[in-house]
Amino acid sequence: MAAHLKKRVYEEFTKVVQQQQEEIATKKLRLTKPSKSAALHIDLCKATSPADALQYLLQFARKPVEAESVEGVVRILLEHYYKENDPSVRLKIASLLGLLSKTAGFSPDCIMDDAINILQNEKSHQVLAQLLDTLLAIGTKLPENQAIQMRLVDVACKHLTDTSHGVRNKCLQLLGNLGSLEKSVTKDGEGLAVRDVQKIIGDYFSDQDPRVRTAAIKAMLQLHERGLKLHQTIYNQACKLLSDDYEQVRSAAVQLIWVVSQLYPESIVPIPSSNEEIRLVDDAFGKICHMVSDGSWMVRVQAAKLLGSMEQVSSHFLEQTLDKKLMSDLRRKRTAHERAKELYSSGEFSSGRKWGDDAPKEEIDTGSVNLIESGACGAFVHGLEDEMYEVRIAAVEALCMLAQSSPSFAEKCLDFLVDMFNDEIEEVRLQSIHTMRKISNNITLREDQLDTVLAVLEDSSRDIREALHELLCCTNVSTKEGIHLALVELLKNLTKYPTDRDSIWKCLKFLGSRHPTLVLPLVPELLSTHPFFDTAEPDMDDPAYIAVLVLIFNAAKTCPTMPALFSDHTFRHYAYLRDSLSHLVPALRLPGRKLVSSAVSPSIAPHEDPSHQFLQQSLERVYSLQHLDPQGTQELLELTIRDLQRLGELQSELAGVADFSATYLRCQLLLIKALQEKLWNVAAPLYLKQSDLASAAAKQIMEETYKMEFMYSGVENKQVVIIHHMRLQAKALQLIVTARTTRGVDPLFGMCEKFLQEVDFFQRCFITDLPHLQDSFVDKLLDLMPRLMTSKPVEVVKILQTMLRQSTFLHLPLPEQIHKASATIIEPAGESDNPLRFTSGLVVALDVDATLEHVQDPQSTVKVQVLYPDGQAQMIHPKPADFRNPGPGRHRLITQVYLSHTAWTEPCQVEVRLLLAYNSNSRIPKSPWIEGGEVSPQLETSIEGTIPFSKSVKVYIMPKPARR
Amino acid sequence: MLDCGMHMGFNDDRRFPDFSYITRNGRLTDFLDCVIISHFHLDHCGALPYFSEMVGYDGPIYMTHPTQAICPILLEDYRKIAVDKKGEANFFTSQMIKDCMKKVVAVHLHQTVQVDDELEIKAYYAGHVLGAAMFQIKVGSESVVYTGDYNMTPDRHLGAAWIDKCRPNLLITESTYATTIRDSKRCRERDFLKKVHEAVEHGGKVLIPVFALGRAQELCILLETFWERMNLKAPIYFSTGLTEKANHYYKLFITWTNQKIRKTFVQRNMFEFKHIKAFDRAFADNPGPMVVFATPGMLHAGQSLQIFRKWAGNEKNMVIMPGYCVQGTVGHKILSGQRKLEMEGRQVLEVKMQVEYMSFSAHADAKGIMQLVGQAEPESVLLVHGEAKKMEFLKQKIEQEFRVNCYMPANGETVTLPTSPSIPVGISLGLLKREMAQGLLPDAKKPRLLHGTLIMKDSNFRLVSSEQALKELGLAEHQLRFTCRVHLHDPRKEQETAMRVYSHLKSVLKDHCVQHLPDGSVTVESILIQAAAHSEDPGTKVLLVSWTYQDEELGSYLTSLLKKGLPQAPS
Repeated sequence: MAAHLKKRVYEEFTKVVQQQQEEIATKKLRLTKPSKSAALHIDLCKATSPADALQYLLQFARKPVEAESVEGVVRILLEHYYKENDPSVRLKIASLLGLLSKTAGFSPDCIMDDAINILQNEKSHQVLAQLLDTLLAIGTKLPENQAIQMRLVDVACKHLTDTSHGVRNKCLQLLGNLGSLEKSVTKDGEGLAVRDVQKIIGDYFSDQDPRVRTAAIKAMLQLHERGLKLHQTIYNQACKLLSDDYEQVRSAAVQLIWVVSQLYPESIVPIPSSNEEIRLVDDAFGKICHMVSDGSWMVRVQAAKLLGSMEQVSSHFLEQTLDKKLMSDLRRKRTAHERAKELYSSGEFSSGRKWGDDAPKEEIDTGSVNLIESGACGAFVHGLEDEMYEVRIAAVEALCMLAQSSPSFAEKCLDFLVDMFNDEIEEVRLQSIHTMRKISNNITLREDQLDTVLAVLEDSSRDIREALHELLCCTNVSTKEGIHLALVELLKNLTKYPTDRDSIWKCLKFLGSRHPTLVLPLVPELLSTHPFFDTAEPDMDDPAYIAVLVLIFNAAKTCPTMPALFSDHTFRHYAYLRDSLSHLVPALRLPGRKLVSSAVSPSIAPHEDPSHQFLQQSLERVYSLQHLDPQGTQELLELTIRDLQRLGELQSELAGVADFSATYLRCQLLLIKALQEKLWNVAAPLYLKQSDLASAAAKQIMEETYKMEFMYSGVENKQVVIIHHMRLQAKALQLIVTARTTRGVDPLFGMCEKFLQEVDFFQRCFITDLPHLQDSFVDKLLDLMPRLMTSKPVEVVKILQTMLRQSTFLHLPLPEQIHKASATIIEPAGESDNPLRFTSGLVVALDVDATLEHVQDPQSTVKVQVLYPDGQAQMIHPKPADFRNPGPGRHRLITQVYLSHTAWTEPCQVEVRLLLAYNSNSRIPKSPWIEGGEVSPQLETSIEGTIPFSKSVKVYIMPKPARR
Repeated sequence: MLDCGMHMGFNDDRRFPDFSYITRNGRLTDFLDCVIISHFHLDHCGALPYFSEMVGYDGPIYMTHPTQAICPILLEDYRKIAVDKKGEANFFTSQMIKDCMKKVVAVHLHQTVQVDDELEIKAYYAGHVLGAAMFQIKVGSESVVYTGDYNMTPDRHLGAAWIDKCRPNLLITESTYATTIRDSKRCRERDFLKKVHEAVEHGGKVLIPVFALGRAQELCILLETFWERMNLKAPIYFSTGLTEKANHYYKLFITWTNQKIRKTFVQRNMFEFKHIKAFDRAFADNPGPMVVFATPGMLHAGQSLQIFRKWAGNEKNMVIMPGYCVQGTVGHKILSGQRKLEMEGRQVLEVKMQVEYMSFSAHADAKGIMQLVGQAEPESVLLVHGEAKKMEFLKQKIEQEFRVNCYMPANGETVTLPTSPSIPVGISLGLLKREMAQGLLPDAKKPRLLHGTLIMKDSNFRLVSSEQALKELGLAEHQLRFTCRVHLHDPRKEQETAMRVYSHLKSVLKDHCVQHLPDGSVTVESILIQAAAHSEDPGTKVLLVSWTYQDEELGSYLTSLLKKGLPQAPS
């Protein structure tokens, strides 16, 4: 690592030097280029001992070589190679050749002959291996050249018989990467070279060295990845490797078997020791299942993972994976799962009180017991009980994938998944809850299963509880007792962990709306109404009572008979909750009450189309009426912005689009307003004051454009162009305003140059989109570019001013899916009157819990800002692990923020809010001379600016002076 | 000697093994190279002080570090019960335990220990209890694996047994559950926790009688994590004494536990229980729910019985028996449904509390045993530590599935199994050098033919050149020549025939030296061929071929070649 960093430092260093040279004189740079190989030559000649030469080479390797000089360097290296006696130096040269041939813009076919030549005379195995590696680099660089590939494959085949495993390894790697189908070989006409690469590689499956065997399997997999169809015969060979002594071989073999089973799922293979035949995919499934109980956990993880993606396997085999025949003293025993099921169907609850409860039943025929699973038997039972949690997680994942594709399997695996809820590792528990949620469409929970599931609600980990709430949102419960049980447990959870309030309410909302008929008989009990007596009115602020009401109201939505059971105060509470918690309480058709809300009701489907149409129409109106008089345009814009904002509030699914367009229109409006300012007509000394307005407008447009670019997910390139264009206009405006307000020309020079650079940058970035920008500001600007480059700043400003006025309003095409990023801070709630006391100079940890919606890559963009009363602002980067991803487009930030300050005399509030950091440079297409991965990290992660995207929350704190 | 246990069922001499089986007469040390103890359970180490101090053994005793630490505690406890409580005489003393433990050599997992010049041992992880190990015992290329007790399914504090593909000649495995396939441990754990949780929630007291070591820790971990997860507040107590000491060792030997405990011990050692406190006699009368682990496990005496008597009258309370109970104990009585117990002094105790049974056993089941056999790939298997009837079934299965021999000897029975060991032979340098000079360098992976003499002297094998062997043994060399006559139909003269033979051989044997000697005979290397006319039939020539036995290969090839006849002369 250190070496790597060092290398990077060197690289950057050299880059800087080159840039400087470029500025001073370009000729000088050209002179230095050929000298690079020359310098190397001199160095190598100077070297008296191999160690010296090695040092020179190492130094040389630290600096990049330009494409033009590669050839020269290669020649010199080769020359030294021939002379060199020390294998370590030759090794380094060989590796350098490989590195050099990877240089972009250099065609390595000229090296190849030499490389093959020296390969033939080389004796050292290590150097041979390195040379083959170099050839591999060359070969991958020239994927089109068939002849070269052919030659390389020939070379590889020749060296396959080498005694060193390293050389054989590399040969196989070469074959895997470059070997092609026989067809292309025969086309070349070289009769003797008709080779079957797969057969050659297959022969090395039985090599004596495990590393070579692994390499052979890997090469085979590589062939598959390159699109070659593997032969079915490989299957049998691979199966033999499953019992190899070495884990890496077995692991690779499992992979290979999986690949073949995906290629030939339907072909028939015989079962050894019997006359039966089964489908290949089933056989492979059985074999991989067997590997779930392998001795090495790496193999087990691999096998468990692959099982999940074998969806073509027949259901008979699939269900075997959950099967484990129990016995006790040779008598058949029922599993606890079976017993639970029986008890449930017989209407009894588990007593578990008898010693002989699980007493074995019938005798088993000793011959029929199969202790070694022949096929898939019990694979998942073993996988889920494995010692390593990696294996268990992989097994749960596989279970999830298979259950999603097969409903009957989902039903069967339920018991096992529920069991996993009690795993000792939280990650596993969480994973199994998520899995259950994913397959919940296919299943209905039995009461005893529900019981186990609900027991987890008491878990002290918040993630687990919330995942479970999510699961309950989408589970099907079979009986009314089940619903009651769930409600009781959720309420228990609520009293134990009051912070779960929102999550529980939401959960009950879905639970109610999914099971209206099951809730109906529970209503009197839940509301504790009595047929004759009036009961006391419950406390409206009690979260538990609200929870019950949420359940009932949501059930009542589709069950019109339910409101008849409500008492008077229930209706009153409904009205209150409908207003205060409108996202949880639906509109109900209540007797004696007009359904006022229906007009505004956002959730009715037919409304969707008209509102979308409305959006389109109002936008079109704006775009078409661009030549109206300024006053009219302004009014229309203002009106449309208002409409759009209102629409966004009403139609949540259109909110993103509406907001996005409204922001764009607002920018336009600001631009128009700024250009309408009187300042352009007044004489210079008088507009000082007005200019504030214009420059403020420019500033605001800039901000809005950044918001548009970075706060919305789903913004496509065509929108980005428009946004950048708007920003360019804002920059022009800024330039003009400063030009008019400042005296003297000197500062203008810099600004003008910067602006022109921006224009140039714009052109470079969006060259493909320029045709769409006909008649726009930038279009005209680019036309005049040559003139602008040469003219003085004052003239530039003048030209810009006229152009800005003439420029037309660009139509913003709406993207398919657009969502505004938003964040809500759940904790701290900001209601506490008790200040957080801590000793000044020390730190206090503040728990921050927030939900983020539609934020792309929150790990790198979302920051927490703390504003102290003295104006000091602090930005905190949360750890990547603090972000959880509960669903698509949603993230959750649970982190701790450390606060510290010097002593205050009295408690005061600090503000906490979330920021979205952005960096517009990240859109720059990567320069061709920088290879991927070598971009300096600062460029990628630096923050250009931030957008606050959550409401700030006030936290009362009190740093006390330290006691002496 | 593998393990040195005692029989719990006897109180007389039969309690300890009869070591005279080994020696007949004479000192044990002369007969045994070492003793290996697989784990600290008394049926595996209980007779150790008796064996080493009273019978007398001075050789090394090998065991793992946790076993070495915990074993003396258990022995001491056992001694106390036997001597102090039951007043037995002729029993080993504390000092003997100490002296015995001084002979112990501790081994690490996967550490190869060279016991003497030939014998080496290596320990593998076995699960079962803390520090349990399986041992591979190796002499030369022959090896035996002894499993001790092991568990193939991981539990809350121990991992699963694991062994590499060591292909021993013999695998000696325990077979406690030879005919059982167990249900998933998760169901068991869930049931247990649910029962405890329910009882505690209803304000009941839960009594769990356990033996101090092994399962007790497992259940503690189980409850501790559950309490942690569910944020429960009811106190859990553990009866003091032995357990505290043992828990201390559990804390120390973290590397012997499972993945979860190993990974999290940096934050918190799982055996530093937060919720589990030491029990005091007075606590039993405290109001409110609680969980108590008390010894001994079968409710036959001691603290667990005292607490049981206090709590038995309340139906809210519960007793959970986590293991097997011997007939006659209170535990067995209540498990078989008896509700009224007669205690000493003619008291009748009415049992109203709930009684639950739950099996937490840490032995491998039939599938687990098969899995281990599959992992180790032995040449033959020997079953011990189980019931004969059950073993019979497993034996049949093993023979059927793996096609290896399986034995199940009764006590005192001897099993002899044939092996094909590879025997190292020393080669003399001279011979080796000569062989090397002949051509290729030796390749470790390829067999090669060479001539030499094998000398076996005092179980010492040497390969030397024949000359040297002769010299060493003081024998004179005898020349052994084979001669053979080949009849050849050739009417020409002897010289001409010889000439023809010469030219023919010259053309066939290109890489051998073929010469035509002036006396008319032909030599190929050292083989002499002479042609003579047949005494009766002049048309037939007799070729006399003679070679020494060193050239047997070439000689026989030559005769077969000549027997085919000469090619027709071009004349």
